[in-house]
Amino acid sequence: MTRIDSEARQWTQIGKSRPRLEGRSKVTGQAEYIHNLSLPGMLHAKILRSTVAHGRIVSINTEHALALPGVHAVVTSEDVLRVIPDPYFGPAFHDQPILAIGKVRYVGEPVAVVLARDPYIAEEALHLIEVDYDEMPAVFNEVEAATSDVYVHDALRPAGTFPDLKHLAGRKNTNISLDFRVRTGDVDKAFSEADHVFEHTFTTQQVMHTPLEPMVTLAELTGTGMTVHTASQSPSFVRLEVARLLGWKESQVRVKTAFLGGGFGAKLYIKLEALAAALALIARKPVRVALTMEEQFYTITKHATTFRIKTAVTREGRITGRKCEVWWNGGAYADIGPRVTQKSGFTAAGPYDIENVWIDSHQVYTNLPPAGAFRGFGITQMVWAYESQADIIAKELNIDAVEFRRINLLRDGRPHATGTIMKDAGLEQTLECVARRMAWDQPFDQGTGTLRRGRGIGIGYKALVAPTTSVAIVSLSADGSCFVHCGTVDMGQGSDTLLAMIAAEVLGLDPEKVRVVHPDTDVTPYDMATLGSRSTFHMGHAVRLAAEDALQKMRGLAHELGMDPEAKLDAAKVLVARYGMQAGNIVGVGSFIPQYISPDKETGQSTNITPNWMIGATGVEVEVDTETGKFRVLRMENVGELGTPLNPKVVQTQLSGAAIMQLGAVLYEEMDFDDDGQLRNASFAEYKIPGMNDLPAQMHTEIVTAYQQNGPYGAKGVGETGCYGVASAIASAIDHAVGVRLTSLPIKYETLCRALHGSAPHFQSESQ
Amino acid sequence: MNKSLNRIRFTLNGEAVQADIETHYTVLDVLRNTFSLFGARESCGQGLCGCCTVIVDGRSVSGCLYLAAALDGCEVQTVEHLDADGELHPIQQAFIDAGAFQCGFCTSGFLLMSKQLLESNPDPTEAEIKSYLSGNLCRCAAYPEIIDAVKLASMRINEVKRGV
Repeated sequence: MTRIDSEARQWTQIGKSRPRLEGRSKVTGQAEYIHNLSLPGMLHAKILRSTVAHGRIVSINTEHALALPGVHAVVTSEDVLRVIPDPYFGPAFHDQPILAIGKVRYVGEPVAVVLARDPYIAEEALHLIEVDYDEMPAVFNEVEAATSDVYVHDALRPAGTFPDLKHLAGRKNTNISLDFRVRTGDVDKAFSEADHVFEHTFTTQQVMHTPLEPMVTLAELTGTGMTVHTASQSPSFVRLEVARLLGWKESQVRVKTAFLGGGFGAKLYIKLEALAAALALIARKPVRVALTMEEQFYTITKHATTFRIKTAVTREGRITGRKCEVWWNGGAYADIGPRVTQKSGFTAAGPYDIENVWIDSHQVYTNLPPAGAFRGFGITQMVWAYESQADIIAKELNIDAVEFRRINLLRDGRPHATGTIMKDAGLEQTLECVARRMAWDQPFDQGTGTLRRGRGIGIGYKALVAPTTSVAIVSLSADGSCFVHCGTVDMGQGSDTLLAMIAAEVLGLDPEKVRVVHPDTDVTPYDMATLGSRSTFHMGHAVRLAAEDALQKMRGLAHELGMDPEAKLDAAKVLVARYGMQAGNIVGVGSFIPQYISPDKETGQSTNITPNWMIGATGVEVEVDTETGKFRVLRMENVGELGTPLNPKVVQTQLSGAAIMQLGAVLYEEMDFDDDGQLRNASFAEYKIPGMNDLPAQMHTEIVTAYQQNGPYGAKGVGETGCYGVASAIASAIDHAVGVRLTSLPIKYETLCRALHGSAPHFQSESQ
Repeated sequence: MNKSLNRIRFTLNGEAVQADIETHYTVLDVLRNTFSLFGARESCGQGLCGCCTVIVDGRSVSGCLYLAAALDGCEVQTVEHLDADGELHPIQQAFIDAGAFQCGFCTSGFLLMSKQLLESNPDPTEAEIKSYLSGNLCRCAAYPEIIDAVKLASMRINEVKRGV
C-alpha cells in the first residue's frame, strides 16, 4: 500500500467533493460583495482620465466642474499632496502616483476626481474639467521601449517591500525595470555543435481580466484611523501600503473584504485603495470609488510579450541548448511586473532537460495601461512560445509531437535550468495522460475538401511564488463549533469550503460547523495574498497547523480535567467541564513559510527555487474551414497535476474554468490600441470574452494521480494550471490541419484566413 | 442635471411597492438604493453580460439599461423571489448540486434566465440551453456546470410534474 492510500483511507473530509459552503447565499442573491456596500453619508468618486499617452500637464481647470450644483469637491494631485506628501505606490517600485503629478504616462491614467453625493452628478461634472497637456513622444512596443530614448520614468524607486524583489535597482535613463537572467552550461557551444538550430519569435497581446464585479473600494475615517472596504485579493498588503502612504501604524488601518466577484490577478496588491484613502482624508467623509467595466481596462492588464527563442537539437530530437529572450510590456507602472519577469522568466526554457540554457527576461515600461498579475502569472506567455516551437521542431525532424516531448521532458531527480533538482513534478504522467485522452497513438481523420481537422497538445509548468507567509488562527467555541481566522479571499476558488474542510479534518468536525471569517485585518492575521495558486498550499498548511495546535491545547485541557486526552474530544464537553457553562475558547495558531533560496543575480542559479511545481497540459482537436479561415475547437482535453485533489469537484471546475478563460485570450481577446496609444475596445461590445457558445464541442478534465510530499495532505495549487497548454495546442492543431503556423496571439479567424490564402500554396493545390 | 422626481408604483417580488425616482434612474438604481436588493448587479453596464437580469412582466430585461420609470404598473421579479417560500427553487438547488458557479457574481442572471427557459421549454437540448443562455457571461467559465445544472433542474421539475 502506498503512502497516499494509507493516509487517504483515514481522511474523513479531504478528497471528498463538497459543494461550496456559501452556495445557498450565492443562489439567493444574498452573498456579500463589496459591490453591494454603501456607507452612511458617503460620496461617490468619478475619475477623469488622461486623453494622451505621454505628456506634461500644463493646467487643470476645475472651476466649472466645481460650480455644478451637487459637486462636493474636485480633487487633483495638489490636494493629494497636501494629505500624502509622497503619494507614490506599488509592490515592486513606488512609481505610481495616486493622481497624475506633473505628467501622464498612458491614456486612461487618473488625473482628477469629482466627489458628489449623486454618482450621476459626479459623472456629469467630469465633462466640465479642462486639462491642457503638452504632448510628448510615447513608446508602446516592448522591444522598442527597451532601447528607446523616450523614457516613461525619469528615475526608478524600488519599493523594497518583498524579500524576493530586494534586488531591484534604482536606475535612470532606461525603461527596463528588471533584467532577470538564467545561465547554465554554454549555449554558444551547443549551437555551434548542433545538428539543427531553430530560431523563432512569438508574441502575445495585452488582455484584461474583466472580473465581472468591477473593482471597488470604499474608505472611511474612524475615530482611531481608517477602514478600507475593498474587493481585494491582498488585504494584508493593502493595509501595509496604505499605512505606509499615510505614515500611520498598521493598527490604524483596517482592511475588510468580502466575496470577490472574480479576481484573476486584477485585484491584487494595491489598486483603488490608495486613491480611496486619499479621498477620504481630503473629504473627511466616506468615499466610494467604483470602476466601470471600461475603466478596468485602464487599471491593470496582462503583459503583452515578445519572446525570441533559439534552440539547438540533435538529429535524434534531443534539445541540447536553448536561448530565450523575453520582453514583457509592463505599461506605464511596474505593478508586480518585475516578479512576473523573474518567476515566469526562469521557466522560459520549458519543462525540458536542457544542458545549456541562457535566459534574459526584461520588464519594460511603455506608455500603455499597466500590466501585472493575470491568472498564470506570465506562464501562458512562456508556454505559448516554447510549446509552439517544440511542435515546429518535431514536425521539421519528423518526430511525433508527444515522442519529442518524451525524449526531452525533465524528470524528477534531474536539475532544472536554475539548478534546482526536480521533485514531485508529474510531467511524464501529465503528458501521458493527455496523450491517452487524445488517443494520440490512434489514426486521426484529418478530413477532406474544405473542412480539415488537426490536433495538438501543449504542456506547461509553473513554480510556486516564494518566499511567502500565511498565518491562521483556529478558535473552538464552547458549543463545539469552530472559527477559522485567515486572510485568504474567496473569489470563487472555493477557499472558504476547503479551509473549513481542513480544520474539520484535523478536529474531527463537520465542515458545516466551521465558519471561515472573511478577511478583516483587525481580526484575521497576515497573509501574503490570494494569488499564484498559493492558498491551498500555504494557507492549507497554516490552517492545518492552527487546528493541530488547537487540538493539542484541547488535549492538554482534557488531561488537566481528568478526561481521556486520547479519546475523540469535543470542545463543547471540554470547555463546559472547564468553565461550568458554555464559555471560553480554545485557540490554536498556525504559521507557514516554505523553504526557498533566492536565485543568484548573475546566473539565476538556486538549489531551491520553488516549494513545488504545478503541471498542466491540454490537447485539442480543431476543424478549419479552408475557404474562410473559420475554425472550431471540436475537443479540448485538460489535464492537471496538483498533487491530491482536496475537493475534487471544485478542483475540476477550476481546471476547466481556467482553460476556457485562456481560450478567450487565444481566440478573441486583444486590447486594440491605435498609433497614439488610444484603446479602441474597452467594453464588452467590442472586447469579446468566452460565452456559452464558445465551449468546445467536447470538453473533458482529468486530474493526474499524484502526491506532493511537502503539501498539506499531499496537495498543491490548481487555480492557474488549466490555462497553461491551451494556446500552443490550438496553434499546433491548426498547423496540423492546414499547414499554417501562426506565431502571434490571438488567433483570429481573419488572421488564419489571410494566412491560408496568402501563404499556403501547397494546401491550395492539394484541395483542388 | 434635470431634477424631476416621479413616483412609480409596481409589484416587486409579489409585493405592491412605490418609489420616487428621477427620470434617468435605472432599474438597478431603484433595486439597490430604494429596496436594498443586490442580487441583480451592474457589471458591463451595456446589457451584454446578463449580471443585471430582472424579470419585468414575465420578460427578462437588463436592469443596468432599463429605466426605472418604465417599471410603473409592472410586475417585477428578481432572484430574491426564487426562494420566497423559504424553499430553494429547483433551479437554485440544481446550481448548488452541479457546482454551477465559482465567484457567484453572474449567478442571479443565469438562474433567472434558466428558470425562464425551463418554463417555456421544459426539456431543452444542450444546444437550446447554450443558445438561451448565450447572453449571460461567466468569467470563471463555469459553463459546463451551468449546462449540467439546467439539465438537472429540468429532470427534477419534470419528475415532480409526472408525479415520480
